[in-house]
Amino acid sequence: MKTPIRVLPLALALVLAGTSAGAAEDVGQIKVAKGQVSVDRGGRALPAQVGMGLAAADVVKTGADGSVGITMRDNSLLSAGPNSVLSLDRFEFDPTTHQGRFDSGLQRGTLAVVSGRIAQQSPQAMTVRTPSAVLGVRGTDFVVSVP
Amino acid sequence: MIRRLAALVLATLLGACATPQPQGSVVLLPDAGGKPTAVTVTQGGQQVVLDRPYAGAQLSSAGPKSFASGAQEVQAQFGAALAARPLPPAQFTLYFVEGRDEFTPESKKVIDEIFGEIARRPVPDVQVIGHTDAVGSNAVNDPLSRQRADVVRSGLVARGVPADRIVASGRGKREPAVPTADGVAEPRNRRVEILVR
Repeated sequence: MKTPIRVLPLALALVLAGTSAGAAEDVGQIKVAKGQVSVDRGGRALPAQVGMGLAAADVVKTGADGSVGITMRDNSLLSAGPNSVLSLDRFEFDPTTHQGRFDSGLQRGTLAVVSGRIAQQSPQAMTVRTPSAVLGVRGTDFVVSVP
Repeated sequence: MIRRLAALVLATLLGACATPQPQGSVVLLPDAGGKPTAVTVTQGGQQVVLDRPYAGAQLSSAGPKSFASGAQEVQAQFGAALAARPLPPAQFTLYFVEGRDEFTPESKKVIDEIFGEIARRPVPDVQVIGHTDAVGSNAVNDPLSRQRADVVRSGLVARGVPADRIVASGRGKREPAVPTADGVAEPRNRRVEILVR
């Protein structure tokens, strides 16, 4: 069998030129979307679709028939049920040290969370806020609802 | 009978007046990996720690209150959110022949599995994470681990994975597969991890 995974000088040059910049800037990606899902970004409501990249400060909303699943860059998994409003308030992640900060908020609806590498590295570095409470995430799998 | 009913109505009314405004709930789920986990719930000046499977907190204007939830209750309220959860990342490891940018024969088989996993997912993205053994400082190992990841990344791109869906990074010697003392050469730690997400 040929071994295509060798140092190809051209391919390596392309890598070093930073061809992955686009994906690297996304803080997460929508992996699952059912029914009505939209993303508020800079005052505009964008229709969400599977594969869409997300940025810090995006607010993800689902309709009465909607649900959405998001994989963050640190492998945190967030998924929201119908009539939900989820804000990605702050996301910073150093892939070498795993230091970072991830704050999100559930203003309404239901949310399931599996924490990722940020919380694994630093138990104080991930929070989920509701309008009345702050949840500190110490590396875990949990659900939250807000009426 | 009437007196009893009146008492019940009164109790209900009083109860309603005293009932704090509900503001949601939080429930800790069992960890798939069986590791101990916890969530702290802070509301006003009060804190509740959830550290057992299905331990819950009701949120209200009176502060967080512990309660015991269960699998059925969680499914009834959170079924749609849980059903939308993305597939967890699939993890693969490739090992290098010592001192070369070439994979061991076993690792070449793993590459086929990686492509199978990529094909299985609707919008795959791939993280390529290089690691080193504990010989040398971070200043040496961080760039080396990144170079190993870049070798794998370029190989996956050459085999057809879109370049904008693969991110390469290096962890240096921070996350050994086999823990060793600093300075110890260990082939099982000279590796590249691939996460298909």
